[in-house]
Amino acid sequence: MKAALTEHLTRNSPRAAPNSADDSRTTISGVPIAPQYGPADLAGFDYAGELGDPGLYPFTRGVHASMYRGRLWTMRQFAGFGRPQETNARFRFLLEQGQTGLSTAFDLPTLMGLDSDDPRSLGEVGRLGVAVDTIDDMLTLYDGIDLESVSVSMTINAPAFVVMAYYLAAARQRGFDWKKLRGTIQNDTLKEFHAQNEFVFPPEPSVRLAVDVIEFCAKHVPQWNPVSISGYHIREAGSTAAQELAFTLADGCHYVEQGLERGLAIDQFAPRLSFFFNAHNDFFEEIAKYRAARALWAELMRDQYGARQENSWKLRFHAQTAGCALQAQQPEVNLIRVSYQALAAVLGGCQSLHTNSMDETLALPSEHAVTLALRTQQVLAHETGVVNTADPLGGSYFVETLTRQMKQAAQDYFRQIADRGGMIAAIQQGFFRREIAEAAYADQQEVDAGRRKIVGVNCFQQEEDNTIPTLQIDESVEQHQLLELRALKKRRGRDAVESALTRLQQDAERGENVLPALLDAADVRVTVQEAMDALAKVFGRFQPMAGW
Amino acid sequence: MTLEKPSQRVLLAKVGLDGHDRGIKVVARGLRNAGFHVIYSGLWQSIDAVVQAVRDEDVDWIGVSMLNGAHMTLVPQLLEALKKQKLEHVGVLVGESCAGRPAGIDSPGRRRLLRSRNHAIDAITGFLNTHAAAPVA
Repeated sequence: MKAALTEHLTRNSPRAAPNSADDSRTTISGVPIAPQYGPADLAGFDYAGELGDPGLYPFTRGVHASMYRGRLWTMRQFAGFGRPQETNARFRFLLEQGQTGLSTAFDLPTLMGLDSDDPRSLGEVGRLGVAVDTIDDMLTLYDGIDLESVSVSMTINAPAFVVMAYYLAAARQRGFDWKKLRGTIQNDTLKEFHAQNEFVFPPEPSVRLAVDVIEFCAKHVPQWNPVSISGYHIREAGSTAAQELAFTLADGCHYVEQGLERGLAIDQFAPRLSFFFNAHNDFFEEIAKYRAARALWAELMRDQYGARQENSWKLRFHAQTAGCALQAQQPEVNLIRVSYQALAAVLGGCQSLHTNSMDETLALPSEHAVTLALRTQQVLAHETGVVNTADPLGGSYFVETLTRQMKQAAQDYFRQIADRGGMIAAIQQGFFRREIAEAAYADQQEVDAGRRKIVGVNCFQQEEDNTIPTLQIDESVEQHQLLELRALKKRRGRDAVESALTRLQQDAERGENVLPALLDAADVRVTVQEAMDALAKVFGRFQPMAGW
Repeated sequence: MTLEKPSQRVLLAKVGLDGHDRGIKVVARGLRNAGFHVIYSGLWQSIDAVVQAVRDEDVDWIGVSMLNGAHMTLVPQLLEALKKQKLEHVGVLVGESCAGRPAGIDSPGRRRLLRSRNHAIDAITGFLNTHAAAPVA
C-alpha cells in the first residue's frame, strides 16, 4: 500500500522527497517551483496561440477585452438558513450592503430531495441552508426581489430540475418574463459522483435530468446559466489543483456530448454553460489554473466540438474561496486567508465571487462576519487598483510557466479518462474518487508532518479565550416549517397532485423533458420529495460505493 | 518473545444525510496504515444499521463523522442504542466541526469528541492504542 502511494505521488503530483537536502519547494498541489523564472522558461512562447489578447481566443487572459474596467465581477455571497422568510431577509440585507447578485444555499433535506417532514430530515431542517418544500417556499424566498434585474444563483444538484421548475413557476406567477431572468442553477450531477455525494438516482439518469434543464433553458430561459460545472467541491474533497481543473472540464465535455446527442446544436446551449472553481491558498497556482481553464475550454469547444460562436468558446466562472482552507483556531485569521484567496480569483479573471466568512468552520455566517467578507471584495474592487487592467500577471515568467504546466497536467488526465472508456466508465471504476482520496491523504500527511504550515494550527498556536458569537438556528424553525407543510398538504387538492405525479412519471418513462410536467406539478403544490419519489420509480436509487 | 496483539477493529460510519466523506476516508487510511482493521460503512447510515454492524463486525471502536451539527441529536441516539444492545464496551469517537458537546460524550469510558480537521492521525491512533479495551479473559 505504501509503495503504491509513493508511486502515485511521484507519478501524479511530484513532491520534494521528505529527505531532500536542498530547499525544494512545491505548490500546495505538489508542483515543483524553481527559485526563479526567466525568459528561458518561456522558450517558444507564442503569444497569439497560447494567450491571445484579453477577450480574444483562446481567452487565457480573460473572456472580455475590458474585464473589470468594463464591469466588476458580481459580488455574490452564498446565503441561506432557516425558513424562506429568514433567508429572504438575509438576501435583502446583503443587497443593501452592496452585494450585486444573490446566491441561495438550501438545507440538507432539500439538497437531497427530501421534504421537511421526512423522518430523515429530523434535526436538519433549515440548519445548513433554507428549507424549500413547495412553490410557496420559493415565492417567499424571493419575495420583493425583482428577478428581472437581480441575478439569482441556486446551489442545488440532486433535485435541480424540480427546484428550477419551481423557481420558474414562482417567477411566472409573479409576472416575470422568463426571457429576462438571469441567474444560475448549479445542476452539476457529475461532481456529486466524484466528490460531494448529493445524488439520488444513478449517474446516467442523473445526467439525463441535468441535460433536461440545459435543454429547457436553452429554449425558454435564454439568459439563464442552466449548469455551473464545478471544481470547487472536487477541491474541497482534497484534490490537487490539476485534478480540480481536469475533472471539471471533463465533466463539461460530457454535458456537451450529451447535449449534442440529444440533438441540440452546440451553439444553442454552449454559451450558457458556466463554471465554478475553488480559490485556494496557493496564490499563483490558482491564477494559473483559471488561465489554463479558459485556454483549454476554448480549444475544446472550437476544435473538438466545432462551436462557431465566440460565446461558446468562453469559459465564464464563479469562484469561491476555499472552505477547506479555513481554520477553527484563531478564526479572525480566516479574514486574511480569504483576502489573499479573493485576490487570486480576481487576478485570475472570475466573473463572480463569493468570499467565505471567518466563522464558517464554526457555523453559518453571522451578519457581522458576512459583511466583513463582502467588504473584502469591495476593498479589492475599489481600493487596490487591480481592476484597472486586464490580466495584470500576463507575461510573468512564473505565471505563464505554471499555466502551461497546468494545461499539460489536465491534458494528461483527459487521456487517462479516455483510456478508461470515458466519463461514465471512469466513474464506475472509481477513478475520480480514488485520485481525490489519495490526494487528500497525501495532503493530510504534509500537514501532520509539519511540512505544510498552517498558522495557528501547527505553528503560531495560541491559548484561546475563544468563542466569537455565531449564528444560531432556532429549533422552532423546524417546527414551523413542519406545521406549514402539514397544513399545505391538507389544503391542496389531492387529485391534482396525483395526476401531476402520474404525468411526471409517464413523461420520465417516455424520455420526455421533465420540466413541463414539473412546472404543472409546482402549481398544484407537489412537494420536492413527491416529485423525486415519482422519478425514483422510473430511475431507481443509487447507493454509493463504500470504497475508500 | 511478545505475542502480537490482534489489531483493534474499528468501524467508521457516516450517519444521517451529511455526505462529506473526505475526513473519514483520510482517517480510514491512516488507521489502516497504522495497523488497525478498518471497516467503512459508507454514507447515509441509520443508527440501527450502524449498531447492527458494530455487533456483526465485533468491533472495538465505532467512529462516526458528522459535519452538519447533527451530532447533538444523533450521538445521544447512538449511545442509547449501544447501551440497549449491551455494546457499551465499544469505544466511541465522534468527528464533528460545529459547536456543542452531545450528551453522553464526556461520560467515563472510551469516548472522544474530535473537533474539526487537523487532528494528526498519530493523535487518533495514539488515543485508540492508549485506551485499547482490556482483553476478554
